[in-house]
Amino acid sequence: MPPPARSRAGLAFSAWAARGEFRLQVCGDCGTTSYPPRDVCPNCWSSRLEWQPAAPTGRLLADTVLHTSTNVYFRERMPWRVGTVEHESGVALLAHIHSDVPTPAQGGQPVRLTVRTDKSGQGVIVALPVEDTPHMNDEKQLRELSASVRHRRVLITDVRTDFGQALALKVREAGASRVFAGVAEPWKPFPGRDALATADHIEQVSLDVTQGDSVLELAGAIGGKTDILINTASHVRPGSTVGRNGLTAAKDEMETNYFGLLRLLQFFGPAMQGRAADGDNNAVCWVNLLSIYALSNWPAYATTSASHAAALSLAQGARADFQPSGIKVLNVFHGPLESEWYQPVSPPKVTPAKLARVVVDALEAGLEEKVVGDIAQDVMARWQENPAVLERELTQDGGAL
Amino acid sequence: MTVLVQLAEALASQKVKTIDLTFTLDPDFPVLVLPPEFGQCQPFRVEEVSRYDERGPAWYWRNFTCSEHTGTHFDAPIHWVSGKDLPDNSVDTIGVDAFVRPAVVMDFSVECAADDDFVLTADHIAAWEQTHGEIPAGSWALFRSDWSRRSPEAYLNLKEDGAHSPGPDSTAINYLIEQRDVVGFGVETIGTDAGQAQHFDPPYPAHALLHGAGRYGLQCLRNLNQLPATGAVILCAPLKIKNGSGSPLRVLALVEEST
Repeated sequence: MPPPARSRAGLAFSAWAARGEFRLQVCGDCGTTSYPPRDVCPNCWSSRLEWQPAAPTGRLLADTVLHTSTNVYFRERMPWRVGTVEHESGVALLAHIHSDVPTPAQGGQPVRLTVRTDKSGQGVIVALPVEDTPHMNDEKQLRELSASVRHRRVLITDVRTDFGQALALKVREAGASRVFAGVAEPWKPFPGRDALATADHIEQVSLDVTQGDSVLELAGAIGGKTDILINTASHVRPGSTVGRNGLTAAKDEMETNYFGLLRLLQFFGPAMQGRAADGDNNAVCWVNLLSIYALSNWPAYATTSASHAAALSLAQGARADFQPSGIKVLNVFHGPLESEWYQPVSPPKVTPAKLARVVVDALEAGLEEKVVGDIAQDVMARWQENPAVLERELTQDGGAL
Repeated sequence: MTVLVQLAEALASQKVKTIDLTFTLDPDFPVLVLPPEFGQCQPFRVEEVSRYDERGPAWYWRNFTCSEHTGTHFDAPIHWVSGKDLPDNSVDTIGVDAFVRPAVVMDFSVECAADDDFVLTADHIAAWEQTHGEIPAGSWALFRSDWSRRSPEAYLNLKEDGAHSPGPDSTAINYLIEQRDVVGFGVETIGTDAGQAQHFDPPYPAHALLHGAGRYGLQCLRNLNQLPATGAVILCAPLKIKNGSGSPLRVLALVEEST
């Protein structure tokens, strides 16, 4: 692993980077931008440092290519290009440099700046060419910092829904070498099955996340060749806490949304951990699709929200388990979906095509968190600002934001 | 010699054979599928507690869960609204003599092979009796369709308008109850009713009429092809579940070797 230890301020930079947001500390008193992350302003010693969105541009002043390192992670990945970039704000940044960025001449070489988390989960800055270059995402250093589906084998755990099918097709279109498409209860037909069956390099496999033996069996067969796992298995039923009669629907939700995830983690997790450094097409990422109401309960879908809250908690635990191996956990938060179980909910709702595109893009960008759609983004913003106020907003007027 | 001693000797000498009419409880075995807005029948599920490991070094055991109507199972009168107020209507209170009874096997497998939606009527049963004699009172009437020999997909046979599998209409069930006083009706399919029985009059006639009259159902039977048309005795004791609407069970048939 690259060096993991960071200060609390350093972790804040990483937390923004995990969402794909490039932010730098700006002093609330004197306005100085600073880097690396610190606790007081280097100009005026104020402790009022605020994380603000930073312009994604700068100039590469100097670069070097490392050919040796005492760090075992980098030793295996030499040579590695790094450099000093002068940010728009004037602050100097240490960055990973894409190989298509020309060597800086007098006055510096303009670059586009982006952030990634590295294999130890820490935020790093990457300098890219100003304009896209052919196959730039396949470059060794950038690929190491992303979780691209290109050339990788992807398991979609449930393709019975439009969302699972859209993902399978999109992932394949984006260059996955093979897609394993999970089908539970194969004796129950579903729309779209035939179209999927004729698609190239998409293989339907038997997988029922509510059944330990089924997960175990599939993990035995393909656990060693699953590079990215996208958990699309989901059970949603509208209903409030007090208004619902009995526990069956709530248990079914937990069985799929929580225990299903746990089964997948227990059976696929170890095999993926073991292949995190397995060449270029290695195990890289675990993707959870979570309701944004995992953050704060939506009373109209109270038990569904609770099951997703449980799944989110589990995903956090899994992130810690996966970190030593370098496998990322990407949580994609969504609002109401364009599906039969959200029929009474007014638009906007997330469509299968949109969700599929966002997931594939988030993997390409190496993100660990992505929020899809207006509703989910609104809820996330309110939650970040003040969870207690959000809870009150969700409990009035039936919780319609 | 007493009857039981004779039976024991016949069993030992294989003059009386024991035949298993039960499907294995298997997580992959289909269950009844209701429209999604209704509560669903839970399939068989199993989780390991220990397997000679750190959770229990010398022993293997598991927890299982399932619906009262999963796998080869018994339906009690309380299962249906028509039987909800009858006395002794749940699996724990039904008189145990109902669980050991003679059985007749009405073979309509040829008709079912030709028509997924074959409907068994009173006329069919009366015609069958022309050949095999009248169904004795107190018997189980078993309907052979050979459905148990189908693949899981063809077993439920789900189409866009629901399941397609054979079953009885109200004339058949009324005939069995009123004219023949059977103790129950047993089938190879997922339910005692046909796949499209929601469109029958009354809907689900087997469930509605049998249970309304205090009779029982057996579902997901197999190996009916190994039974004679008449002369078998079946043992079908459900689990003694308090207020149980039904229960998975092991169904055995005793069959006398033909002489």
